[in-house]
Amino acid sequence: MTTQPEVADVVVGEFDGGPDTVQRAAATPEELQPYAELGLRDDEYERIREVLGRRPTQSELAMYSIMWSEHCSYKSSKVHLRQFGEKAPPSDKLLAGIGENAGVIQITDDLAVTFKVESHNHPSYVEPYQGAATGVGGIVRDILAMGARPVAVMDPLRFGAADHEDTARVLPGVVGGIGGYGNSLGLPNIGGEVVFDPCYQGNPLVNALCLGVLPVDRLQNKAAAGPGNIVVLMGAKTGRDGIGGVSVLASATFDSESEQRRPSVQVGDPFMEKLLIEACLELYDDRRVVGIQDLGGAGLTCALTETAAAAGTGMTVELDKVPLREPSMAPHEILASESQERMLLIVEPDQLEAVLKTAARWGVLATAIGEVTPPGPDGLPGRVTITWQGHTVVDVPPGSLADDGPVYARPMREPADLILLQADRAETLPRPSTPDAVRETVLRMVASPNLCDKTWVTEQYDRYVLGNTVLAQPEDAGVIRIDERSGLGVALSVDGNGRYARLDPYTGAKLALAESYRNVAVTGAKPVAVTNCLNFGSPEDPAVMWQFAEAVRGLADGCAELGIPVTGGNVSFYNQTGAAAIHPTPVVGVLGVLDDVTQRVPMGFPKPANPEGDIIFLLGETSVELSGSEWAWVAHEHLGGVPPRVDLARERALAGLLAEAARVGHLTAAHDLSDGGLAQVLVEACLRHGVGAQIKLPEDFTGGSMPFVFLFSESAGRAMVSVPHGHEKAFTGLCTEHRVRWTALGVTDESGGQLEVRDQFTIGLDELREAHTATLPRLFGG
Amino acid sequence: MSTRVGVVTFPGSLDDGDAARAVRLAGADAVGLWHADPDLHGVDAVVLPGGFSYGDYLRGGAIARFAPVMETIAEAVRDGLPVLGICNGFQILCEAHILPGALIRNQHMHFRARDQRLRIEAVQPVWTNAFTDSQEVVIPIKHGEGRYVADEHTLDELEANGQIVARYVGGNPNGAQRDIAAISNAAGNVVGIMPHPEHAVDALTGPSTDGLGFFTSMLKFLAGAPADQGAS
Repeated sequence: MTTQPEVADVVVGEFDGGPDTVQRAAATPEELQPYAELGLRDDEYERIREVLGRRPTQSELAMYSIMWSEHCSYKSSKVHLRQFGEKAPPSDKLLAGIGENAGVIQITDDLAVTFKVESHNHPSYVEPYQGAATGVGGIVRDILAMGARPVAVMDPLRFGAADHEDTARVLPGVVGGIGGYGNSLGLPNIGGEVVFDPCYQGNPLVNALCLGVLPVDRLQNKAAAGPGNIVVLMGAKTGRDGIGGVSVLASATFDSESEQRRPSVQVGDPFMEKLLIEACLELYDDRRVVGIQDLGGAGLTCALTETAAAAGTGMTVELDKVPLREPSMAPHEILASESQERMLLIVEPDQLEAVLKTAARWGVLATAIGEVTPPGPDGLPGRVTITWQGHTVVDVPPGSLADDGPVYARPMREPADLILLQADRAETLPRPSTPDAVRETVLRMVASPNLCDKTWVTEQYDRYVLGNTVLAQPEDAGVIRIDERSGLGVALSVDGNGRYARLDPYTGAKLALAESYRNVAVTGAKPVAVTNCLNFGSPEDPAVMWQFAEAVRGLADGCAELGIPVTGGNVSFYNQTGAAAIHPTPVVGVLGVLDDVTQRVPMGFPKPANPEGDIIFLLGETSVELSGSEWAWVAHEHLGGVPPRVDLARERALAGLLAEAARVGHLTAAHDLSDGGLAQVLVEACLRHGVGAQIKLPEDFTGGSMPFVFLFSESAGRAMVSVPHGHEKAFTGLCTEHRVRWTALGVTDESGGQLEVRDQFTIGLDELREAHTATLPRLFGG
Repeated sequence: MSTRVGVVTFPGSLDDGDAARAVRLAGADAVGLWHADPDLHGVDAVVLPGGFSYGDYLRGGAIARFAPVMETIAEAVRDGLPVLGICNGFQILCEAHILPGALIRNQHMHFRARDQRLRIEAVQPVWTNAFTDSQEVVIPIKHGEGRYVADEHTLDELEANGQIVARYVGGNPNGAQRDIAAISNAAGNVVGIMPHPEHAVDALTGPSTDGLGFFTSMLKFLAGAPADQGAS
């Protein structure tokens, strides 16, 4: 950002020592304002003047600049995201959808679940520990605001090259921050991703997902309904953290540039958040609040205007009442602060005392800061007016900030290099074609950063707290019991593949959806809903915008084909350094329902297996699909060609088969095939409980490099399962019924202690374990 | 009337629900106790659960030891009240000087969660009578400050008196002196344990059911104890 000192000089200090008031703004229409420095375009500034009928005050300008930012307004993505609603299958189970803090899905007469994934990418690069920690805190408050008790978190993470020196700074900090915050909140971390790719070097992706559970009748909403109701701010004091670019407004006496470098990353206090959770849940149960909204990005500005706009009401707020960490804060700073661990409550006057009492019992600050006012007499929505030291510093129609921000159909153009990239297929690369070479490839691949064991990371997360974790990483999906009496539970997975999306964003988004869907299905759960976090480069780059549009179209089409709706999500643009954008990285979360969690299917071959071993089947079809694969990258640093084909009708059939097979007890293990193909899945299933396997390759995969292809192709729509002796006929019959192709691969072998692929290689489980587990400790310390 | 076991909730307690569930699975009634309320409501035993009481920003348990409920517990302990401190509860018991020694930052400086093998070193009448001597069990650990330390004299005394209740085997996860995972007071009615027995009470959600033994031991002890003993 460039600064124009002469602009900043004009703004502050030229009036009588007080704040820039509405009255003063009306009297000084021509005063120059630093809107450009705040990221507003000329036409956007003109529109603000039109909306207000005068120039904005300093505080108003700050409010518009943040609410109309890409982050808050979705101005570049809105026109595309509409497809999620338009193409969604009709559902009467969706109690709250896109536009709410998080989507809510009813799963029994009495119970609903809510889940959402969000990004905290930029802060996590600047300050990995706090950036990641407050990412967890933010998504947890979104879930809390719906009336739910947060019950689990997941974290899809993407870093630069594993051996890059900056990754050694970013990764341990991010992992420490996620653990430090989530563990202290008492939320089990049940899964996620850890992916390395040089494209994320200056732009790590830290996405955080939270799952919550609520009784259906405890659903909350954010509308500030009921004129006369009290506006209460609850939680931490408001400080100067997270103000970011807005601080340019106060730069009359400071050097503008130094001011801009002021730390803009928020600092988290998980203890306060834990108290806030308990206080909110107690208030919900006692029916004390009319409306509630969390404070996250854009702080009070967002919470005040969104709650009022949602109800069509107005609001008067006395900023002097907001408890401050630093008493010298100016009104625009209070309005823009992103201090963590705060909630905005709308409370009926006769409930105020009880609300303050509950807050006090939990040791949480709660303060009445304003009042809901009626809509205008002309039928128009009310206005939000904010005073500071007796002066009116803000008088705005809240909808103009919350809902009616700018919307752009930005130019889009297929990346110029895409045709050449797609022509450069990995299927033409030299492949291992001798048993020794295949054996060596297996050991090399399971040790590669993206495929290696992630215990170094997940060991820093509590998975047991709350006592309902039925499956957690390294399982394909996390499974949480949500009703102890009935055994009802949900399965959750979150997946993305930036390389596939780089080669074809439409298919890449569908593949991410398919993988997440399959990961949920292999546990035996029925997938019911989708959330997404769309991580992209700059929307001002037509090539990035094209990638984004294609990915959204792919995800919306995919959800329609699978018959499950997108219930919410988040867009993160500007993940780019200079001209180099990250791979387009749509991360997709799928939630499924398990009627009885005792029937869940884990991913590892079980021990003790029956003496003859279980029978191992591969479900789905394997083709020569190596472009964008983990092997192409690890062996050749190659990225080119087109990603694997995706057939969602087949994914649906596979999921139907798995659910029924799990229900009738045909499966002792089930594992989704994705990055690294069958070889990876076999190794993981063997190592999980130290049970070996004997595998025989199908005949059409025996010659030349075909054994390698069978083991490392990344064809979609596949899963590996183990079936107890005596069940195989019934199981294959079920496969035929569901039109899923099956291949008998071999048997599990508890006593052998090795993975044997007949006529190819044998590797002891100890050797596999050593290769699989040594990588991250070697890179990041023991 | 069934046995009533109090589970204390401090601000920042996290495993209080899990501890209450374990108490119920063992066959007793769980009674919620509140940090600010000194009244123990006539419970027969107390569990101080895991978590980060008051945020643990100073030292684990350093603030919680001053909670009104802790004063009553400290008194009741002298009369023989069975108390189990798990993780943060262990830290609180050390900070309150009900147990000797201290729990400091893990040697490797990371929070660590894993399924941990332990050896039961002392089969005592109150909290470990369900186990056999030297029995190996698997119980999860999850902590950042779990490294047990004390001066050599204290450690020798703990050894000599049979107060070392459990040790880590198959790798010391935090650098604890003499691999100590759990200790008791001299009378044996108070045990502090870093691993989480309440997370190993159901094969569906834990790595084993080995943790249940701590809770059933205490119930068996109370069933055999004279009616009044142990109550505050």
